[in-house]
Amino acid sequence: MSKSKRVSWFYFSSPQTFYGLAGRLQPWFSALAVIFCVVGLYIGFFIAPTDAQQGESYRIIFIHVPSAWMSMFIYLVMGFWCGVGLVFNTRLSSMWATALAPTGALFTFIALWTGALWGKPTWGTWWVWDARLTSELILLFLYIGFMALQAAIDDQRRADKAGAVLALVGVINVPIIYFSVKWWSTLHQGSSVSMKSAPTMAMTMFAGMIVMALGFWMYSIATALSRVRCVILERERHTEWVMAEIGERK
Amino acid sequence: MNWQSWSHFWAMGGYGLYVWGSYAVTLVVMIGEIVALLMRRRGVVESLTKYYAARGKNHEAKA
Repeated sequence: MSKSKRVSWFYFSSPQTFYGLAGRLQPWFSALAVIFCVVGLYIGFFIAPTDAQQGESYRIIFIHVPSAWMSMFIYLVMGFWCGVGLVFNTRLSSMWATALAPTGALFTFIALWTGALWGKPTWGTWWVWDARLTSELILLFLYIGFMALQAAIDDQRRADKAGAVLALVGVINVPIIYFSVKWWSTLHQGSSVSMKSAPTMAMTMFAGMIVMALGFWMYSIATALSRVRCVILERERHTEWVMAEIGERK
Repeated sequence: MNWQSWSHFWAMGGYGLYVWGSYAVTLVVMIGEIVALLMRRRGVVESLTKYYAARGKNHEAKA
């Protein structure tokens, strides 16, 4: 690694410099989120054809699958920052974990909600206690548990450590969700998209889903950046730079 | 084009309740998160402004 690269890495790992960077990046990710979601919805409703088996009810896929992907992906990113925070004791990584949890919980809720509304017309039931649905519900409880545990402990360092341990133990749930449709016989259908083979769906349906996933991705980054800025201000309030920052706001 | 008219569009082939129920809740939850973030931001700035004002007074009192 070159010397200049190294310096810039440490430069942005300081909450103070990252606060400014996050503020500059956030509007761009918000704009991208809006653009991708508008394009994705247009493809999903006006270009993608009616499904031969499920009729129009399948159009829930354009939010169901991207939100389910985000719910798992955000958990992995949160787990990663928890691990980094535990090992290296870096302030910003714990702040990231705290900032990501609510958005992850939100996407888990959306995945469950849209799944229920899709399950009713296709399976005839809102909910079954099968492997995929149950493990996704556990994911929601893990997010809520992480947030509750962090909020319950006053000492910030201890709160971060306890939260990180909980989050890291919970990481085992993510592959269980992902592979549940293969490992157990379940009502939930198998993946329409996999790394190994071409998607088993119309190209336009696939395109709508991918563009919506990109939109949700950008949304997650934008909201996490705004939240991490709040968390930085709260936790770094004893520093001179936050005092100056707040002073300018008045 | 999939839809002959707007009413066909809203009916979603008889699945309107399920499709729009999914999209509406998703939209509400996302907008809710954005509003919550804006309020949190404002709350943080307000409470820190008070915190520094109180601390400033303490410093003056000690001096």
